[in-house]
Amino acid sequence: MPDVTQGLGAYEVIVGWLSGFTPHWLAEVLYRVGAGLLILTLISTLALVLVYILRKVMGHMQCRLGPRVTGPFGLLQTAADAVKLMQKEDIIPTNVDRFLFILAPYVVFFSCGMIFMVLPLSPTWILNDLEVGVLFFVAFGSLASFGLLMGGFGSNNKYSLVGGMRSVAQVVSYEVPMVLAILGAVMLAGSLSMHQIVVAQEGMWLGFIPKWFIFLQPLGFVIYFLCGLAETGQTPFDLPEGESELVAGYNTEYSGMRFALFFLAEFGNLFAISAMATTLFLGGWHGPVFSFLPWLWPFVWFMAKAMALTFCMMWVRSTWLRFRIDQMMDFAWKILVPLSLLNIFITAGEVAIIR
Amino acid sequence: MLQQDYLTLAVYPLVIIGFSVFVLALAWVLRAKPPKTPLKQSAYECGVPTRGETWVRFRVAYYLYALVFVVFDVEIIFLYPWAVALKRLGLFAYIEAIIFILILLVALGYAWKEGALEWK
Repeated sequence: MPDVTQGLGAYEVIVGWLSGFTPHWLAEVLYRVGAGLLILTLISTLALVLVYILRKVMGHMQCRLGPRVTGPFGLLQTAADAVKLMQKEDIIPTNVDRFLFILAPYVVFFSCGMIFMVLPLSPTWILNDLEVGVLFFVAFGSLASFGLLMGGFGSNNKYSLVGGMRSVAQVVSYEVPMVLAILGAVMLAGSLSMHQIVVAQEGMWLGFIPKWFIFLQPLGFVIYFLCGLAETGQTPFDLPEGESELVAGYNTEYSGMRFALFFLAEFGNLFAISAMATTLFLGGWHGPVFSFLPWLWPFVWFMAKAMALTFCMMWVRSTWLRFRIDQMMDFAWKILVPLSLLNIFITAGEVAIIR
Repeated sequence: MLQQDYLTLAVYPLVIIGFSVFVLALAWVLRAKPPKTPLKQSAYECGVPTRGETWVRFRVAYYLYALVFVVFDVEIIFLYPWAVALKRLGLFAYIEAIIFILILLVALGYAWKEGALEWK
């Protein structure tokens, strides 16, 4: 078994090198700024790649070809979109609540960025392995709803307001079953730290079934996945920005880069939800490790699992129709909440009796 | 570096804010700045002139869901420490938590019966 914790020395090397010409405390701070910028680069790159994949996947599922003119296979399409958004005129309507209107995209992007702090990309690549990592994820995940409501309310536009209110009602309702589903994984791991949860899924049963939590509580995984779709406003639950009824929901009035921040956060959240599902139920970075570049493989497996889940979300998006709002609320409170409580009974029984 | 690190907790939020401010500043430098017109700066409601107030009293159904949410969120806060310690506590804690959850199921049933979960 090759050593996957190689590369752990990067912290000492970089801080040591920086300490050569700056005070030690500054070296520590600079190292963290660099690591943070790396994560933000990851979010931006993921958004660019995911938008391209989304358009290609949806195109092929709808018997179209998707983008194919800009660059080979249309690969430069999203880069061109980003440049276009950069150059777009920034329109702030006269009758908006300026403070809320300007603050909203920052809040939404902030919540998305903070989520990535606790995602364990590999055994050594985690920005900050908080002991309350899971609660941190949930807390900052729901901070986004503040931003959406600010944007919706501040825009002084009826479509935006309805979109913002819907998104808050939806996030608040699906929060309950989602957190209850996460509780199952916490029980099985006995820890709130994301790293410890992944470590708890190490090994195999009978030599070929990986000890992933999805096999211990498949119900929890399904509930989490559905709630994740709702939390990020993906298609069966995309009422906050239902194009056919609300123009574009809470971001109707936004243009240019302010809109792009919403967009970045949306795709960042899409990936974060898949990454969290991977961490909690699919064994995180566990997978076969080969002797070639041993420290890279956990990251590869993590990304592969998370991307596969993201693909499933896109699949759902091009398959199902939008719910009506009363159906959506009923689904959360009358089906998912009782089911997730049942999941807790079963999982807690497994843990308490079998151990 | 695999432990809690409070310095990251302090530095990283500032990095995110700095990044988003930088991106918007860059866009401010790059973007086109044509003259503003009143029509362009009016609310976009599909080209139809805006009628009436937007900031009106909103339907109560949204707030009812928020109230039920608060009840359940507090319940979940209590369940998390229990979930972390369950492996060590064993069967007794399991039965205790089941009683706790059953009481809350009664609350959910009451809210259901009273119609707080209906979208009216």
